[in-house]
Amino acid sequence: MRTAMLRGAVLAALPLLPAPAAAASAVHTVVIDKMRFGPLPANLRSGDVVLWVNKDLFRHSATARDGSFALDLPPKSSGRTIVKRGGSIPFFCKYHPGMKGVLVSH
Amino acid sequence: MIRKSALVALSALLALGTAAASHDGPHVSDAQIAHIAYTAGRIDIDAAKQALAKSRNPKVRAFAETMVRDHAAVNDQALALVKKLGVTPEANPTSAALARGAAEKMRSLAALKGAAFDRAYAQNEAAFHGTVNGALEATLIPGASNGELKSLLRTGLTLFREHQGHAEHLAGQLR
Repeated sequence: MRTAMLRGAVLAALPLLPAPAAAASAVHTVVIDKMRFGPLPANLRSGDVVLWVNKDLFRHSATARDGSFALDLPPKSSGRTIVKRGGSIPFFCKYHPGMKGVLVSH
Repeated sequence: MIRKSALVALSALLALGTAAASHDGPHVSDAQIAHIAYTAGRIDIDAAKQALAKSRNPKVRAFAETMVRDHAAVNDQALALVKKLGVTPEANPTSAALARGAAEKMRSLAALKGAAFDRAYAQNEAAFHGTVNGALEATLIPGASNGELKSLLRTGLTLFREHQGHAEHLAGQLR
């Protein structure tokens, strides 16, 4: 009985423990250059960070259509956004609407 | 009127193309190509400034702000490049015709107000970028001798194609 209670207490405490290293949030880099978003991360997970690096001569943005992120990127600058959910997250450059992509998070 | 100014510019650029292609015609130098590209950029910046002075439409204003910023960035690069190469951009009949056509267009747009101005500006932006892109593709990029100038013109073409699509979309929304 006592053992069972202890086990219950341990299990209840588990979610409060730090996540194991393997599940820690990763940082994925997306490079913007020559009026294009470069290759997008293939193994993106909810909670991960996307580092957007604008190497272009022009000001761009990384703007999620669902409003979950909106990053202004002057030339030669970078910035981070956090992937808040799983699924497809379409995004575009608000200055150049022809520049667009879809982040897919698992 | 939109068509007319686009045609003036187009015929000037086509004339250049013919001259460049002809063995007997005058050779179009990198100094002239740089002048034409720079002039086209400056024309679009002036048009955007006119739009920012006249329009209250947030989409039109945002587009115009992008035009000012992007064309200034390309022209700054162009100036840095000609300086580095020791080339002085050289005035020529094509850039003169472009400037004349643009001045005429600005006068006709100045007479318009509100939604009529917005529509005419967006339509002219689509037409103007289309004309410049055609010239870049057919004449200016193939005609450039210097590799760095060619590369900058290619960057310009990628950017201006995006601008053209953006302007066409905007013109469609304002119809």
